[in-house]
Amino acid sequence: MSRTQNRKGRRHPLSSLVLILVGLFVSGGAYAAVTGTATAADAPVSASQIEDGKKLFASNCASCHGLSAEGSAAGPSLIGAGALSVEFQVGSGRMPMSGSGPQAEKKPVQFTQPEIDAMAAWVASLAPGPAVPEASSLTGGDASNGAELFRVNCAMCHNVAGAGGALTEGKWAPSLRNIDPVHVYAAMVTGPQNMPVFSDLNITPNEKRDIIAYLKFLDENPSVGGMDLGALGPVSEGLFVWIFALGGLVAITIWLSAKSN
Amino acid sequence: MADKKSDVVTSAGSAVSRPDRLQNPGFEPEHKRVQDESPERARGAERGISLLFALSGILSAAAFTLNFVFPIVPGDLMSTRYNNMFVGLAIAAGLLCLGVGAVHWAKALMHGHDLVEERHGTRGDDATRARAVEIFQEANKESGWTRRRLLRNSLIGALVAIPIPAVALFRDLAPSNRPEDVLGFTKWEKGVRLTRDPNGVPIKASDVTIGSAFHVIPENIIGLEEGFLNEKAKAAVLVMRLPLDALNEAEDRKGWSYDGIVAYSKICTHVGCPVALYEQQTHHLLCPCHQSQFDVSNHCAVIFGPAARPLPQLPITIDAEGYLVAQSDFLEPVGPSYWERLR
Repeated sequence: MSRTQNRKGRRHPLSSLVLILVGLFVSGGAYAAVTGTATAADAPVSASQIEDGKKLFASNCASCHGLSAEGSAAGPSLIGAGALSVEFQVGSGRMPMSGSGPQAEKKPVQFTQPEIDAMAAWVASLAPGPAVPEASSLTGGDASNGAELFRVNCAMCHNVAGAGGALTEGKWAPSLRNIDPVHVYAAMVTGPQNMPVFSDLNITPNEKRDIIAYLKFLDENPSVGGMDLGALGPVSEGLFVWIFALGGLVAITIWLSAKSN
Repeated sequence: MADKKSDVVTSAGSAVSRPDRLQNPGFEPEHKRVQDESPERARGAERGISLLFALSGILSAAAFTLNFVFPIVPGDLMSTRYNNMFVGLAIAAGLLCLGVGAVHWAKALMHGHDLVEERHGTRGDDATRARAVEIFQEANKESGWTRRRLLRNSLIGALVAIPIPAVALFRDLAPSNRPEDVLGFTKWEKGVRLTRDPNGVPIKASDVTIGSAFHVIPENIIGLEEGFLNEKAKAAVLVMRLPLDALNEAEDRKGWSYDGIVAYSKICTHVGCPVALYEQQTHHLLCPCHQSQFDVSNHCAVIFGPAARPLPQLPITIDAEGYLVAQSDFLEPVGPSYWERLR
């Protein structure tokens, strides 16, 4: 804009003022659009997106969560849940639930990414809540430190190899193999269902990045000890030994003691 | 029917005697193998066995070669996996072929006649028995066992004394300390800050948001040169924040939590596994080893499983700077319950 007025040498005296105004307008507008979000989302949120999200929510989610996300006996209030919760629950296929049960199950994702973003924008517009982090904050962590943090904070439920495990009364901790890093991050921040919350004050964003790096390392590096048999520990390994190793020994013993025909 | 009956029973009171001793059936006719009867089959078995031996040799050579085909590259863990797997499989298959061949040789081709070996009686004949007695008497005379009584009795005395050191040795196998002394005290004491495991960052009460679970160690064990792991194993604590209306606190423990933040020992009271599977909606803690469940909202009462008593609660409060600190040590021993324990 102001560029056109200075062909050579110095800029127009007012150009810096115009630039400041433009900058203020853009950042202020973006801030207003993502009110309450700590870290800015990738794309700015428009009013029409929020409107789309509201419609999608009303037709798909409101039967349990209420028309203004105030919650009901069937589902919790989503006021303050934030865009990140929506991204996790809908983006991983857990919501909308196919039926009530001990725990929302993962299933094929029911919405397109723009639809999920729209619902996230609407839920985020209700009250401040955790926002979707930038993709750059999810990569490049220290897998070694992440492994130690994972062993302390996550392994008791999710298994040290991230294979998941059983909880009480039909609930379970899901496998963490090949999970979208955003969803790993979101689960820690929002504490979906019965998972405790691991806020940034407990596990800092950098440490979260390290944990994501550890899970990525597990995804990319097969078990160096050979077949991991589901990485479930003594259960699957014991079953394997009982059936195949002992079965083989019994078969050999029978063959050894049988007469040749 | 009537005819048949009259064969057996002649009149009431007269017993029918039947030969009830088992007849010795003798030996079964000798089992002939196909290889005994057909030279063609015997040659086939011979070829098969020598093939197995040849295969075993080839596999052993293959194991040697595979060691170079899949070398262990320093820094590449997968190379170790492939090296171990292929070399190991080739060695194992080679040994298996050798063993199967040897057994098959013995079973199919080696001399296979049945042999009968009669048992002999355990009693020796009279001459042997008399000679045995004679040997004992000679030995007695030569050694002077009954004549030199001082010698004999001092030897017996020495032999009796030999196990005495074992009494002390086996006694030392038991723990030198009473379990109450070991598990009754941890590093927690008044004013010790709760810090995050593993990095030792102190925790502010405001950091613990509702639904959070923090894995906590006492500040004063960080950097311990000696016994760090033992101290950590006893003092490990799980800190959770529950909504205030979800917390049912006993009158005498009202002051042990801070604004819904509670701290419980992470060591299961059953056999000491770390109990840290916290469900933030049901407020249940699950022990992964034997499925004991504790209800955090009711002072970690046992609601399922083999644990005998609730998890010990650590009384906490905050210091002047807002950090969570312990009010005291645990008021009961942490860790597994054992039979001498008073509570």
